[in-house]
Amino acid sequence: MNEHAIATRSIVVERLIPHPPEKIWRALTEASLIEQWLMKNDFAPRLGVRFTFRAKPMGDWDGVVHCEVIAFDPPRRLVYSWRGGSARNPGYGSALDSTVEWTLTPEPGGTRVRMEHSGFGPQNAPAYDAMSGGWPRVLERLEQASATLGDN
Amino acid sequence: MPAAPGALFKTLADPTRRAIFERLCRDGEQTVWMLTEESGVSQPAVSKHLGILRLAGLVRERRRGRETHYSARPQGLRPLVDWMTLYGAFWRDRFDRLEDLLKRMDQ
Repeated sequence: MNEHAIATRSIVVERLIPHPPEKIWRALTEASLIEQWLMKNDFAPRLGVRFTFRAKPMGDWDGVVHCEVIAFDPPRRLVYSWRGGSARNPGYGSALDSTVEWTLTPEPGGTRVRMEHSGFGPQNAPAYDAMSGGWPRVLERLEQASATLGDN
Repeated sequence: MPAAPGALFKTLADPTRRAIFERLCRDGEQTVWMLTEESGVSQPAVSKHLGILRLAGLVRERRRGRETHYSARPQGLRPLVDWMTLYGAFWRDRFDRLEDLLKRMDQ
């Protein structure tokens, strides 16, 4: 196999958000707030704590993403592991052993928020199959769910 | 000619075809007869699968005498890496929701 073509990779999303770091930190580290924009979870704001996200089950994967807080440096840097899926799943829900890192940097006008999700390997490529069909539907459902949250 | 990710997945979605491709990756060059022995399907069926794999850029063929030898082109899988752009779309969507939430927290 050509290992170089499909080596481990990461996804980076970076945005200047017009809010102070302390407030964004709350949204990243309070379980009830995390649930409103990411997923159901039992996050606890401490270094070394183990917690889970609850996604849709698939095949012999129960939909649980197992995480551990690896770095907790308020209100600047948060890192957690992100493990889930099953090696037996061919598509969505294939095994993922990855890391999510959040970095908040104050800037004039707000905070630069950088998220790096790293550790995708060749074994995750089949996830594309299910995602390319199912992902837009998932996003649509999420949009509807977030719309019902209203202005509370 | 690189195949689109959708076409690649369609090509590899067939379990027999995937098994043939995996065997070529694992064992190197094979003739259609060698592949037929292990595949559990007929020789014309194997030939048809090989043709589809070749069209997708996953297999190349080489004629030697009267026999055609097939080998894998793992670099044909490269377009699949683009699936990550979809995972990227997931996180961008979550950033949008995070920003919406931050706006609501002001109220």
